[in-house]
Amino acid sequence: MILLVLGLAVGVATVVALMAVTRTMRQAIADRLDQYGANILIVPRSSDLSLSYGGITVASASYDVGEMTLEDIKSITTIREARNISVIAPKLLGAVELGGRRVLMAGVLFLDEIRLKQWWDVDGEYPAAPDEVLLGARLAEVLSIQPGDALELQGQTLHVIGVLEENGSQDDGILFADLALAQGLLGKPERISLVEVAALCTECPIEMIVEQISEALPQARVTALRQAVTLRMETVEHLTDFALGISLVVSAIGALVVLMTMLGAVSERRQEIGLFRALGFRQAHIKRVVLGEALAVSLAGGVVGWMAGMATAIALRPSLADVTTPVVWDPWLALGAIGGTLLVGLGGSLYPAMRAARLDPSTALRSL
Amino acid sequence: MIALHNVWKTYNTDGAPVHALRGVSLNVAEGEYVAVMGPSGSGKSTLLAAIGAMNPPDQGQVLVDGIDVYGLNVERQADFRHEYLGFVFQQLQLLPYLTALENVLLGLVIARLTRAEKISRAREVLREVGLAGKENRLPYQLSGGEQGRVAVARAIVNQPPLVLADEPTGNLDRATGTQVLELLRELNATGHTVLMVTHDAEAAEYANRIVTIRDGQISDGHSDGAALREHGRSSSHEKAEEV
Repeated sequence: MILLVLGLAVGVATVVALMAVTRTMRQAIADRLDQYGANILIVPRSSDLSLSYGGITVASASYDVGEMTLEDIKSITTIREARNISVIAPKLLGAVELGGRRVLMAGVLFLDEIRLKQWWDVDGEYPAAPDEVLLGARLAEVLSIQPGDALELQGQTLHVIGVLEENGSQDDGILFADLALAQGLLGKPERISLVEVAALCTECPIEMIVEQISEALPQARVTALRQAVTLRMETVEHLTDFALGISLVVSAIGALVVLMTMLGAVSERRQEIGLFRALGFRQAHIKRVVLGEALAVSLAGGVVGWMAGMATAIALRPSLADVTTPVVWDPWLALGAIGGTLLVGLGGSLYPAMRAARLDPSTALRSL
Repeated sequence: MIALHNVWKTYNTDGAPVHALRGVSLNVAEGEYVAVMGPSGSGKSTLLAAIGAMNPPDQGQVLVDGIDVYGLNVERQADFRHEYLGFVFQQLQLLPYLTALENVLLGLVIARLTRAEKISRAREVLREVGLAGKENRLPYQLSGGEQGRVAVARAIVNQPPLVLADEPTGNLDRATGTQVLELLRELNATGHTVLMVTHDAEAAEYANRIVTIRDGQISDGHSDGAALREHGRSSSHEKAEEV
C-alpha cells in the first residue's frame, strides 16, 4: 500500500507540477504579451486618410483632421472595466521640417509610452525634461544626430537625449517629443491624434472594453487589435490544453496502477477477506473495507503528490518560466489534485472491491 | 440446534466428481459439544462450511436453530453468521498487525453497539479467557496458548449460541492445543453449543459426543467422548494391572 501511495503521489506530483508550471508560464506569457503593446486603438471617427503607425494600419484615421483632446483620455478612465486597463498612451502626430526634411513628430507622454513599449532599447537616456527628445534609429542616422546633440526646431532648441535602437517598426523614423511640447510646436494645444490603450486582456473581456470606450467617446473609432488578442489567447490556451492532455494520460495510467495493485491486494488477502466473511461481514461491508482503504491511500497520495508537485514547480520555475513570475498557489489546483486522486483511486478500486465482495466464503474458509 | 437432512455435496475436480458429503444427516442438540472426527478428505470441513452458511449443499437441508440457512439470501447468510456463529479456525487466523483487543473487536465491527460498548465487551471477553492486561499486545508478543485464547475470545465476543471449530489444534503445539480445547469445553459449560471437526482422537475426547465421518458419510452413529475417555482410562488401568 505504501508503494501505491508513492505511485499515486508521483503521478499527482507530475500533474500538479505540470499544471502549476503551465499556469505560471501562462501567467508569465500573459504578462509579457500584455506588455507587448497596445491592443486597443482609438482614433477620430471623422478621419478620411489612412494612418499607419507602429506597423498597424487603421483605416479612416488622420492626424490632420478630427483630433481628440486630452479631456477624452479622462473619459476612458471612467469606464466600468477601467481596472483592466494598464496603459493609456495618447499621441499627437504631425509633420515638421527638420534639417531640410519633413519628418513625423510624435508628441507622447514618455512615462506611458515607455510602459507601453517595453521592447524599446535606447542609446542614451529617456527624456525627462520638456525640451528633451528621442529619435528613431533611422531618423538619427539620416540626420547624423548622436545622443547629446541639439536640434533647432521652429526656433526652439531641443536636446536629443537618446536614440532608439533599430527595432524594424515605424518608430525608427519618428521624432518623439513631450506631448505638451509637440502640441505647442504643431499649434494644437490640448489636441491628440490617437490613443493607444493596453488592456490586461488575457482574461478580460476585450470586446466589452471596446464597447465601453466607444460609449465614452462617441466621436472616436475604437478598434480592438483582434489578431493580437486572439493570438495571445491561443498561445495560452494551447499551453493549458497540453497540460490537461498530459494530466488525462497520467490519470488513466494512475487508475490502471490502482486497479492492478488493488486486484493484487485482494488476491493476497483472500484469507483476511474470508475471515471477515466468516465473522458476518456482508458483501457491502467488504466493499466498504476495500474502498475505505483506497480512499485513505488516495488521500495520502493526493496530499503528498500535491506538495511534491508544488515543490517541483517551484524548483523548475527558473528553467521553465519567467524567473520573476512566482508560482501560482491556486487552491482549486490543490482541491482538483486531491479530488482527482480520490476519483482515480476509488474508480480504480471499484472492480477489485466487487471481486473481494463476491469472493466465495467457502473458498476463503478452505484457505484459512 | 443443528439439523442436517440428507445433505449432499459434490466437487468437480479436473472433471472428476468428488463426493464430499453423501446423504449426511445429523442432529446436534442445544448445549451439546460434538466432535466430528475423520481423516483428511473425509468431508468434515465441507460439513462445517455447510453448517456455517458458507458452502451450499447440492441437495438436502441445513437448519440451525430452525432457520433454513440456504433459504436466506447471501447478505442474510452473512447476518446469520454474525448472529449465530462463532468460528475458531485452524492456525487461529489472528491478524498480525492488530492487537489482541483489536483482533477481538473484529467480531464486533458490524455489531449495532457504540464504540465504547464494543471495547468494553471485548475487554470483558479477554478477561474471561484470562488475558486481562494483555489487550494491547500484538499476536507475536503472546504465547501460543494466549493466541489461542484470543481466537476463542474473537469467536464468542458476539455471544453466538453456536461455536464452530475447524481443526482447532491442527497446527498448534500440544500445550497450546490443550488450552484451546479446555477453553472450548469451558464455553460449552457456559451454554454454548460447540461443534468441532478434527482428525485428532485425543482432541475429540473433549467432546460430549463423537461423530465419525468417512468418505462423506457419517459412518458409526454416535459415541460418547466422556465414555471414550473413561474407556481409555480403564483400558490403560487394566493394562497397568496386567503388567
